[in-house]
Amino acid sequence: MRTTINSLKIGQKAIIKDFDIDVIPLKLLEMGCLPGNRVELLQIAPFGDPLYLDVNGSHLAIRIETAREIEVEFIKNNL
Amino acid sequence: MSNKNINIALIGNPNVGKTSVFNQLTGLNQQVGNYPGITVEKKIGFCKLPNNIKANVLDLPGTYSLNASSIDENVVIELLLNKNDKLYPDVALVVTDVENLKRNLLLFTQIKDLEIPTILVINMADRMKHKGISLNISYLEEQLKTKIALVSSRKGLGIEDLKNLIVNYKTLSCEPCLNASSIDSIYFDNLRKAFPNQLLYKLWLVITQDVNFLNLDRNEIRSSFTKSHSDLKRLQQKETIKRYQFINDILKEGLTIDTSIAKDFRSKLDRVLTHKIWGYVIFFMILFVIFQSIFDWSSVPMDFIDGTFASLSSLASESLPPGVLTNLISQGIIPGIGGILIFIPQIAFLFLFISILEESGYMSRVVFLMDKIMSKFGLSGKSVVPLISGTACAIPAIMATRNIENWKERLITILVTPFTTCSARLPVYAIIIALVIPDTHVFGILNLQGLTLMLLYLLGFGMALLSAYMLNKIVKIKGKTFFIIEMPNYKLPLFKNVAINVLEKTKAFVYGAGKIILAISIILWFLGSYGPGKNFNNAEAILSSKTENNTLSQAELENKIAAYKLEHSYIGIMGKSIEPAISPLGYDWKIGIAIISSFAAREVFVGTLATIYSVGGNGNEDTIKNKMGAEINPISGHKIFNFASGISLLLFYAFALQCASTIAITKKETNSWKWPLGQFIFMSGLAYTVALIAYQILK
Repeated sequence: MRTTINSLKIGQKAIIKDFDIDVIPLKLLEMGCLPGNRVELLQIAPFGDPLYLDVNGSHLAIRIETAREIEVEFIKNNL
Repeated sequence: MSNKNINIALIGNPNVGKTSVFNQLTGLNQQVGNYPGITVEKKIGFCKLPNNIKANVLDLPGTYSLNASSIDENVVIELLLNKNDKLYPDVALVVTDVENLKRNLLLFTQIKDLEIPTILVINMADRMKHKGISLNISYLEEQLKTKIALVSSRKGLGIEDLKNLIVNYKTLSCEPCLNASSIDSIYFDNLRKAFPNQLLYKLWLVITQDVNFLNLDRNEIRSSFTKSHSDLKRLQQKETIKRYQFINDILKEGLTIDTSIAKDFRSKLDRVLTHKIWGYVIFFMILFVIFQSIFDWSSVPMDFIDGTFASLSSLASESLPPGVLTNLISQGIIPGIGGILIFIPQIAFLFLFISILEESGYMSRVVFLMDKIMSKFGLSGKSVVPLISGTACAIPAIMATRNIENWKERLITILVTPFTTCSARLPVYAIIIALVIPDTHVFGILNLQGLTLMLLYLLGFGMALLSAYMLNKIVKIKGKTFFIIEMPNYKLPLFKNVAINVLEKTKAFVYGAGKIILAISIILWFLGSYGPGKNFNNAEAILSSKTENNTLSQAELENKIAAYKLEHSYIGIMGKSIEPAISPLGYDWKIGIAIISSFAAREVFVGTLATIYSVGGNGNEDTIKNKMGAEINPISGHKIFNFASGISLLLFYAFALQCASTIAITKKETNSWKWPLGQFIFMSGLAYTVALIAYQILK
């Protein structure tokens, strides 16, 4: 199954793997949302949307519908 | 002075303290204007540098990259691509935040590709120790082919060093710091061969952007080097990755963070401010405090201004030689100016609160908190910012919708923002509330007048949301709903930034609205002081000859003559002709005049009544408020401003779109007449209907 950003739990970290370039705005890429970079879910807004993320050191919020398009791989917590 | 001033451009991401750096460099030597043809704010300041060199400093709109997605960002690119622009920078200062250096450097590498002499300004340097950050400056300068200025614009540190670097701008390297064209060597080699005299990165920007670039034939470049939209985007992604790789590599060497030192104040505050219960409680408490305090705190200076102008007016009429000119000054111009200046306290307070909310970083949390709720109404969380700043003025609020990515959400926000209670409505509300709502307290602490005002604000927001909900069902526009918002660090608002902002905005309001109000006051005075035909010119003779007037004292007769004259003046005739349409709403022809004239701008209402009443009213009453309170309907014998007509007027002003500037800005931002006209008809029709129903029920 595809794991995407919206399946992260609060405080969980992951590595961005891949996404369909046509559905992701350029601005998000410029803010550091690129394959290989780290993402952490910091907060979920009341009512479950949007998501507050730390992407590559940038703090930003995106909606779930965008988060669903970005595939990630969990980082094991106890390495 | 043979030396020309050097041009400095300040460029940077949003939230890096660019404006604080600008304020540090220029102090109060600033001019705020607009770029020709568009309503993007253009801030230029003047700065004295060492060796008697002077500089023009241009504060460009904040942008994350040179790939523009709004007209504000377009301004940056158009300036940097056009060497013939008279503000084309001799030196560019790229302002960055030491805590977000990685992301901020992306824009820096793009600016370097334009081969402009560039200084890297690393701001908020005072926080480095606290956050455990250390920088290898000489390594970074070498890799980035630039000079670095470590500054703290909050504490004013490093500004002198920065000025010294600017003076020596000719020694800066103009070389790019990385070779971005390696992402597709064949494509870029061909491009270079086809246009050997042009900068490669400029060509690339012209291909990917919607900018007007004068010296190049854009179609020529595009036709031979076109690619599909998605291919171009793929290349842009490659470019972004390439730049980040370079940045990551050099920061590995140049920047170290000791994470054990960094304290996590931000996440603790975030947890409270975006909490599912406390977040909303805090937000609404802040709103409540703002609205209560605006009404309470402003009343003292407002009464003072009102009284001052009333006595100025009588002073002028007593001390100047009697005549037409004196009348114009004492009855037209002085009350007109007073009608403008009286708004200053409330407007200043509103801008003060709004700029504190923006500066502190709290506004982004509100956006985050409200997005889901707003999306139910077809709006974006980002619509909260226009809706809140709409309480100051709809014009900047509509401009603030530009960062809403989705066109439908943005359009709906533009259309409903004028429902929020702008500062121009405030004086109308204030004076009517003071006249018809008793000044008592309920539940011991709440001032009833303040409470009424708050209800009117809520009504404005409520109607905005309701209309948005309806528009969301009606308007059919498809588009992907992108939503990205940066969550900046919390910052204590800087007094200097807030003060300059409040000063600029208030000044702009007074001059902008002031011109209209003054002109309208003078026209009204003229129309009220002259009239056609026998009735106006022979008023004395007509009234004196009537036998029922023989018993009146001299003063009473004079008042009656003045009122008779006003009724038969040009303005009286105009007012009388619309009276049938507005009397079901509880208004007389004098209020009718005020409503007509306030279709140019709402705030004209109070000034108009002031002018009309000082032309025709009795001379004993001094302030505008007292004059209005003393008005009696000659037929019924009741006060003109009673509870029913007062509520009806409040509702009319709450909903009607009486602002020529809002219509103009909606036209500009939506690029069509369809939306502003629809907006005007809908809002004014609603206002009339609601005011009619309210008066008929309450009377």
